[in-house]
Amino acid sequence: MEQRVAEPVESPIAAPPSAARSNAATILFVIMVAGLVVAPFVTYPLFLMQVMCFALFACAFNLLIGYVGLLSFGHALYFGWGSYLSAYAAKAWGLTPELAILAGTATAALLGLLAGSLAIRRQGIYFAMITLALAQMMFFFALQAKFTGGEDGIQAVPRGHLFGLIDLKNEMAMYVVVLVIFLAGFLSIYRIVHSPFGEVLKAIRENEQRAISLGYKTDRYKLVAFVLSATLAGAAGATKAIVLQLASLTDVNWPMSGEVVLMTLVGGLGTIFGPIVGSFVILVMQYKLAALGEWVLVIQGVIFVACVLLFRRGVIGELAHKLRIRL
Amino acid sequence: MFEICLPVILGGKCIPSTALFGQLLIGLINGSFYALLSLGLAVIFGMLNIINFSHGAQYMMGAFAAYLLLQFSGMNYWVALIVAPILVGVTGVLIERLLLQWLYKLDHLYGLLLTFGLALIIEGVARHYFGSAGLPYTVPESLQGGRNLGFMFLPNYRAWVIVASATVCFATWFVIERTRLGAYLRAATENPALVRAFGINVPRMITLTYGFGVALAAFAGVMAAPIYNVSPQMGSELIIVVFAVVVIGGMGSILGAILTGFGLGVVEGLTKVFFPEASNTVIFVIMAIVLLVRPAGLFGRRA
Repeated sequence: MEQRVAEPVESPIAAPPSAARSNAATILFVIMVAGLVVAPFVTYPLFLMQVMCFALFACAFNLLIGYVGLLSFGHALYFGWGSYLSAYAAKAWGLTPELAILAGTATAALLGLLAGSLAIRRQGIYFAMITLALAQMMFFFALQAKFTGGEDGIQAVPRGHLFGLIDLKNEMAMYVVVLVIFLAGFLSIYRIVHSPFGEVLKAIRENEQRAISLGYKTDRYKLVAFVLSATLAGAAGATKAIVLQLASLTDVNWPMSGEVVLMTLVGGLGTIFGPIVGSFVILVMQYKLAALGEWVLVIQGVIFVACVLLFRRGVIGELAHKLRIRL
Repeated sequence: MFEICLPVILGGKCIPSTALFGQLLIGLINGSFYALLSLGLAVIFGMLNIINFSHGAQYMMGAFAAYLLLQFSGMNYWVALIVAPILVGVTGVLIERLLLQWLYKLDHLYGLLLTFGLALIIEGVARHYFGSAGLPYTVPESLQGGRNLGFMFLPNYRAWVIVASATVCFATWFVIERTRLGAYLRAATENPALVRAFGINVPRMITLTYGFGVALAAFAGVMAAPIYNVSPQMGSELIIVVFAVVVIGGMGSILGAILTGFGLGVVEGLTKVFFPEASNTVIFVIMAIVLLVRPAGLFGRRA
């Protein structure tokens, strides 16, 4: 049973027709930053910090699916292990929060390098299955290892003092730290996507064989993109562990990998702002519907099905398509 | 009873033969579920070009169908073994007609995402109505008890599961590789347009293939019901392992999928005896090694 040659079909993650008004992205970015500065005075800072962590996670995931066309179904691995290491560094080693987050991020980068160099050996659907299987393997490690606390996770992680000076128990100080990390991550993804390196990634997404025939070592590009994505996902997890003062098995388990796919899909695959909107929508939904118990799972499933069948561009993708701009 | 020892280089651990063969038997049983499920995945992927993420959920549906048939209409295990796969297969046909058929022209990944959504829906509904605790399903009367083979005790039901799944796997292989119907299927996998030009209704074949693959999963679910408890999450944990099995075997070969399934079940069983702490992860480790040594999989061809 040979793989069928891909038919030329409409790619929903392709760039919209006109990029003339690309400053739309700048305007949207300014609006987003303004919103994030004002928001903590209007609503719960803790919820917003959570949204930003997940938004960064989803943006990192989107770097792979949206710009290289690689569906990783195991991104909980980097998020979760980033979260574990950051929590452990802060609690057991007593590191300051910025060092703890760095430790978590570095761990995720290393794991990304290992998992990525295995996963890129196969294409397409196998890539998704391999990433999922490797993530499940590391889930079992997290379950059995001593330092992760097994079923309990690592609880009561101290937020500590930033650079040993600023007390992060203050909600606003913590908020500013998360905002800075989120924006730094977001801007670096924006930079990556719009660099010559990013153009090669998009070429691989559109037609890997052609990219190879043009002389690009696509495996290297894919691996670098994978490591970058894992690193940023790890940074998101590491930050989350400090904010919520908790790292647990939920962060490394497969439903988390599914959730980040859902967030990105709802917001729009391959759009810069989509994952942010998507994670906001999904988190708000989870809060509002928490009382419904298991129906939340069902509703998430229905959203998956509906997005795939009717709404493949996602919120931001649809908006960009209507306005014929690039977002 | 006697003891079996590992070579000193592997730690020299000694195990009584009953424990070793007992775990081997469990390994073979897990292996038969891996084989049935990866076989179904391979058949579906061949025709639909979709990785059926809801396969685990449909396996769970099979187990629940058997449980409900027994509770509410008093149908025993043997009837359920036929009826449950048909019922679940019919839901598969509906899913293909209503949802999946719109995805064939899109990238593979949308099929994965849609069936993942379906898996969440099925599992969520099951959890809502039955909770996450397992429900018991007793072994049918005619298969209760077991026999002593001298070196181990063999429960009748477990022997039956291994024989039955090996038979079903072999029958599936025979139909696909050795019959006229199978020839149509393989031809439609290679070149659907040409096969249609010969007057064969390929879309209907695709629908029935999906229904059949799903029914295979449900069949495995019914057989699993008396061994493991019937629970909503029984499928989601299994399907990830089965994905690793599929990566190891490659989906290009039916026989390859069957052999890999049984083989890995046995390896997992052996690991449970000698290195119990690694038994959850051994299949994933093997997957990593296979990817390093033979990236296309044991039975796969480089695309």
